[in-house]
Amino acid sequence: MRTGLIAQKVGMTRIFSAEGQHVPVTVLKLDGCHVIAQRTAEKHGYVALQIGAGKAKVKNVTKAERGHFATAKVEPCVHVAEFRVSPDAMVDVGAELSAAHFVPGQKVDVTGTSIGKGFQGGMKRWNFGGLRASHGVSVSHRSLGSTGNRQDPGKTFKNKKMGGHLGDERVTTQNLTVVSVDESEGLIFIKGSVPGSDNGWVMIRDAVKIVHTQSLPFPAAIRTAAAANTAELVNEPGVDEAPASDATTGEEA
Amino acid sequence: MNLLQKIEQDQVAKMTQTSSIPEFSPGDTVKVSVKVVEGTRERLQAYEGVCIARKNAGINSSFTVRKISYGEGVERVFPLYSPRVASIEVVRRGEVRRAKLYYLRGLRGKSARITERATGHGMNEQGE
Repeated sequence: MRTGLIAQKVGMTRIFSAEGQHVPVTVLKLDGCHVIAQRTAEKHGYVALQIGAGKAKVKNVTKAERGHFATAKVEPCVHVAEFRVSPDAMVDVGAELSAAHFVPGQKVDVTGTSIGKGFQGGMKRWNFGGLRASHGVSVSHRSLGSTGNRQDPGKTFKNKKMGGHLGDERVTTQNLTVVSVDESEGLIFIKGSVPGSDNGWVMIRDAVKIVHTQSLPFPAAIRTAAAANTAELVNEPGVDEAPASDATTGEEA
Repeated sequence: MNLLQKIEQDQVAKMTQTSSIPEFSPGDTVKVSVKVVEGTRERLQAYEGVCIARKNAGINSSFTVRKISYGEGVERVFPLYSPRVASIEVVRRGEVRRAKLYYLRGLRGKSARITERATGHGMNEQGE
């Protein structure tokens, strides 16, 4: 079992394939996806990798967290998550993961936080049918209807579907197809939609319900320093004449 | 320009490299060659009519072509940058004062005619 990646949702667009097919895609961007820590069976009782992504302002990071990032020699991350991996799929702490971790055509599961919709009624939240438009129905066209039985059992059962808060919860969409990958820019194009709003953080991992036939980079695709430097130059065309060290400090600031 | 616009612009640049799109505007009569797959082989199908609307939205740009087919009005919306649209040919330039010619849907025959245009958009080489 390989590790997953943390990416930021950029938005949706379309891609025309060479055969003229139109493919709706969600663009996900990797923003400094690093391995922060390892969880081992001897020390923690389970095997996992702690991955962080994004850049957090140092003033917003607690001293304890700063120490944790410092031991990994990684800049403070906005979003941190653990991915369960098999013991042979461990990656060194501090390694930056690349978008080439996923291969075009493979299936992935994407986890995100769905868009919050506030307090919603039963019709929107649970697809209830509501009441009739006429035939004596008054005021309560969008009501739930009955919520229980008669004197026996004399109560509404727990977990009865009713109105309440909808959205803003963890949602996983399974078996999405990777359309293409841009390694230098750190972009992953996924067919169809992905949970959450634009600029939200999502976790991408290999689809658990699919037997993968492609040759996937194992244990992970690591972004090398040379590739990172060229990407920075591409990102900032204005500073391409400046020395590379200046460009990197500009990114860190 | 945000990242998404940049991605779309790259796509548009790639599409315009392989096929050139002529300048045309609503009111023009255009002939669109569409790639149609029949069984295993592919052929070109021409669709000629009046362009009644254009949508300019990067990679999502499209145009609507209306024609009268066997006495029945037919409208087709083509994605401007689709590889399925093999070529677009301007047959006739039309003089109109609207960007969207939806009023043509209610007109038939003589009243649905559009006068020909000799100057203006897309004709700069003759205008000066």
